Amino acid sequence: MPDGIPQGPEGDRIEATVRAVLATMAGDLTAKESALLAELEGLGRTIARAKAEIAALKVEDIRDAHIPSATDELDAIVEHTAHATNEILDCCETLEQMQAELSGEAADKLQGAVTRIYEACSFQDITGQRIGKVVTALKAIEARISTIVSAASGMPGPEAAPAPAASSRDEKRTEGEKLANGPQLPGAGVSQSEIDRLLASFD
Amino acid sequence: MDKNINVLIVDDYRTMLRIIRNLLKQLEFNNVDEAVDGQEALAKLRAGNFGLVISDWNMAPMTGLDLLKEVRADQRLKNLPFIMITAESKTENVVAAKQAGVSNYIVKPFNAETLREKIEKVLVHA
Repeated sequence: MPDGIPQGPEGDRIEATVRAVLATMAGDLTAKESALLAELEGLGRTIARAKAEIAALKVEDIRDAHIPSATDELDAIVEHTAHATNEILDCCETLEQMQAELSGEAADKLQGAVTRIYEACSFQDITGQRIGKVVTALKAIEARISTIVSAASGMPGPEAAPAPAASSRDEKRTEGEKLANGPQLPGAGVSQSEIDRLLASFD
Repeated sequence: MDKNINVLIVDDYRTMLRIIRNLLKQLEFNNVDEAVDGQEALAKLRAGNFGLVISDWNMAPMTGLDLLKEVRADQRLKNLPFIMITAESKTENVVAAKQAGVSNYIVKPFNAETLREKIEKVLVHA
């Protein structure tokens, strides 16, 4: 076997390729043929290095520990912010009950402040949806890594069942589900005034 | 504008249901019921007598858009005022909702004045 060709099924395939190329070369190798052989050997070394790097990824750790841990932490953030938001809403409701004992400007100021707190508390919904998008992205990364490692090892992955084709999944989703993308990044979506103009254009 | 109507608010975030309910209370709408997804909302709408729906989009089972389509296809509910209140802020979402017959569309995060204005607008035209 030429130097630098990795052992195993991958190495066997590369060796066979090298031998097939060599068989076409009669007599002494020309400079061009030597360069080609060197390229093939280099390719073998690159593949071996890539396989070693993929093996070092320890996909089991990513799948079994890192991603579940990250998603648990994100779930805990949602839970804590929901709890805190509900505490704030409890306080607002108490303030609204006290408002009945006030009158005039003081009552109006209190109601204005409580309303602003309600408006601000809607952050919990938006952040929850954003975190949901991150969790979905993490799970997609996990699935892709599993696929790459399975392909590199030549063994079926732990979840070897073929995923349904994207078009098949899409066919089963309703229009509402297909268009459910969650909150957009600042500047990416349309504003309320743009929505109002868009709706008016239908009238 | 009749503030004694029954209002159904639909959102899978309990906190958001509570916020909208409290804002409606400030606007003197006190007959408010809640649902956490489109399926539950549709069952309540078919069983009850509501004058306004305020619904989120991104819920399962049954999104707000799919709920809207069911409402518009129902002979008894088809003229029910329906406000979408959602973080979905792409033009394609607004257009799809309008084509499905939404009465108005509010993007989250929203303020109380926007909610008041849109409710007033849809109930006056109802």
